[in-house]
Amino acid sequence: MAPKLPPQHSLQHSSTAVAGGPSQEHHAHVAHPKGVMRWLLTTNHKEIGSLYLIFSLTMFFVGGIFALVVRAELFQPGLQLVEPEFFNQMTTMHGLIMVFAAVMPAFTGLANWMIPLQIGAPDMALPRLNNFSFWLLPIAFTLLLSTLLMPGGGPNFGWTFYAPLSTTYAPASTTFFILALHIAGISSILGAINIIATILNMRAPGMRMMDMPLFVWTWLITAFLLIAVMPVLAGVITMMLMDINFGTSFFDAAGGGDPVLFQHLFWFFGHPEVYIMILPAFGIVSAIIPTFARKPLFGYASMVYATAAIALLSFLVWAHHMFIVGLPLTAELFFMYSTMLIAVPTGVKVFNWVTTLFRGSISFEPPMLFALAFVVLFTIGGFSGLMLAIAPADFQYHDTYFVVAHFHYVLVPGAIFAIMAGVYYWLPKWTGHYPNERLAQCHFWCSIIGVNLTFFPMHFAGLAGMPRRIPDYALQFADFNLLSSIGAFFFGASQLLFVLVVVLCVRGGQKAPAKAWEGAVDLEWSVPSPAPLHTFETPPVFHRAQSHD
Amino acid sequence: MSSGSYYVPATSRWPILGSLALGAMMVGIGLKLVFDTGAPLLIIGLLGVISVMGLWFRDVIHESMGGLYDTQMDRSFRWGMGWFIFSEVMFFAAFFGALFYIRTFTIPWLGGEGAKGVSALLWPGFVPQWPLLNPPDAAVSGPTSVLSPWQLPLVNTLILVTSSITLTVAHEALKLGYRQTCRNWLAGTVMLGLCFIVIQGVEYYEAYHHYGITLEAGIFGATFFILTGFHGIHVIIGTLILASMLVRIIKGHFANDHHFGFEASCWYWHFVDVVWVGLFIFVYVF
Repeated sequence: MAPKLPPQHSLQHSSTAVAGGPSQEHHAHVAHPKGVMRWLLTTNHKEIGSLYLIFSLTMFFVGGIFALVVRAELFQPGLQLVEPEFFNQMTTMHGLIMVFAAVMPAFTGLANWMIPLQIGAPDMALPRLNNFSFWLLPIAFTLLLSTLLMPGGGPNFGWTFYAPLSTTYAPASTTFFILALHIAGISSILGAINIIATILNMRAPGMRMMDMPLFVWTWLITAFLLIAVMPVLAGVITMMLMDINFGTSFFDAAGGGDPVLFQHLFWFFGHPEVYIMILPAFGIVSAIIPTFARKPLFGYASMVYATAAIALLSFLVWAHHMFIVGLPLTAELFFMYSTMLIAVPTGVKVFNWVTTLFRGSISFEPPMLFALAFVVLFTIGGFSGLMLAIAPADFQYHDTYFVVAHFHYVLVPGAIFAIMAGVYYWLPKWTGHYPNERLAQCHFWCSIIGVNLTFFPMHFAGLAGMPRRIPDYALQFADFNLLSSIGAFFFGASQLLFVLVVVLCVRGGQKAPAKAWEGAVDLEWSVPSPAPLHTFETPPVFHRAQSHD
Repeated sequence: MSSGSYYVPATSRWPILGSLALGAMMVGIGLKLVFDTGAPLLIIGLLGVISVMGLWFRDVIHESMGGLYDTQMDRSFRWGMGWFIFSEVMFFAAFFGALFYIRTFTIPWLGGEGAKGVSALLWPGFVPQWPLLNPPDAAVSGPTSVLSPWQLPLVNTLILVTSSITLTVAHEALKLGYRQTCRNWLAGTVMLGLCFIVIQGVEYYEAYHHYGITLEAGIFGATFFILTGFHGIHVIIGTLILASMLVRIIKGHFANDHHFGFEASCWYWHFVDVVWVGLFIFVYVF
């Protein structure tokens, strides 16, 4: 039942097949606007996906430059390059931009491009809403970045914007920061609603939930998390807005409020938020490892259940970010144990990836390199997370560079490596060309050296007591910081290679067939490369040649 | 599952115009709050958002009445509206959560319970109580007294619960094809919504002028106004939605068996009603 498979397709690896032409060419469409209007008015999931990805890459460099300002200042002890006040704005803006403008839009961009292709849908369920979700982002982040130019400077209280630093003692521009975050939040909620409606309602006939590729599953669960917690963020920043501008006392004990309330509300959003930034990464890696190990994913069903378990647990662990604020002992214990529980489903996932590799015919193309690095380095980040989960130990680690090392290990070689793996994996589908192998390999090795040189020494600096978010430090931390700063500039520079590979790949390169990777099985590989603007206008009939597990 | 006739609009100018309008509105709000200027931008943005919503919905209504939507599209709208309401539930959950946290933990701790001694040193005379009429610091003046739940709030509760019933009658009438009945009961629902808004306005006036319940009146005023205020905004939006449904009923829109626009409005109204019941119990009664 696989009529239009490319010649090199090896049937024994295929678990899905498509009946009916995969790409009935477009029936007459309304003339598509040209030039800039095409991008402003588009309702096409592929074009909107590209917009998200380009926006994300741009913001990745903006946030990266902020990080390099921080690392330049920390290159040696003492204050040399920037004022402490500006240093604070840089740490804050780096975090905000990377979380809300780089990582989240990158995953949404991949979702836009790939979910309709992976489930055999003609487009997203609500195409106009999709365009709206995207175009809110440039507006939100232009507004956010503009705060740097306002009197008093931009946000300077860290990306977690704890009250009362962000209320009583905040710069005047904080109101604009809140409004920008509101716009970004609306964008995320509407985007997530669209993704959930697409997955639940637009699957090809015959495709059951348990037939969906894991990228689709992880995004379904991520979208649920987004809809559940972005409104809570909206609520908490609204309370900040009221405290700043209307004299309320939500986070002011003098009026009967509580700054710790801010932290509870923020982290009730914030902890699911960090899983929002990692679950789609799990999905990408779960697509790539089976492809290049040429084996079906080990434990498909357990992957789905583990993802769901991680998502549900993420609502019950938020106060592990707050072990030192003076929680009751019961709360310390509850949040310590619930946090450790997350290691179980995460362990299931790592076990499944490794077992998929076991006795596979592995080849090391760029997407696979990034995916393998993800498994190893994300696990390191997971283990340091487990260390931080131990409440009494966290009293020592809290607000040190150990925490910085931990979350950068899960976000940079975790989330961002997975995004890059996904981009290398799907570039042939998007552009019709393979990325330049030699340059991509070079990008990988530079990245992995850079990322470890930057973040590994931070563990030691943190364990020795170096506090985060401070522009100066004691002499004994000088060597670690020198290494981190060299690594950061090296890592930053090597990302220019990534841009080069992507640009070259869009412009030309070795032609890719529909099924660009020998071991790939999902529906997206049944449409031509590059994927035509409209795919699956007549839904394909999905057949389960064999069960996922 | 898909029948192959899923409608994908070619292009649309409303999303980009809507984003620009929302951006203008937000910048306007910021300029007004921070620099006390920019009111025109705020108004232009707000009018822009409203007009874009109107024009966008007009397109959707035309497409729907033009028969471009199949049952799969209908399900997309249902999922979309359902999850949107869930996001609204979580938005209110943040405010309810804040209220519960303040009442359960913060106030007793400020009073010295549980070895949280610092606040007892700052404000040794503080007596924990709810409603909090005596904020810890003398610089914050609390409310003089609180509103009785058994007067205007009870009336408003009865009004909203009744409105949910009248709306259900209107919906059932539409399903049975009694359009005249539907129109009358829907008009009644809109009237009840308007009554609620007016009474809530009167209550706010009373709160500010006779009870000393203001935004500045410590945590009681803050939680009171953020919960009832956002609920009030939702009632206003819900009433506008129902009013536009009334116009559409009068214009002869909606089929007996296919009227998700109407149904979605009902979902939204019932949600607003349920939130009020929660408010009545936890903000006013207990």
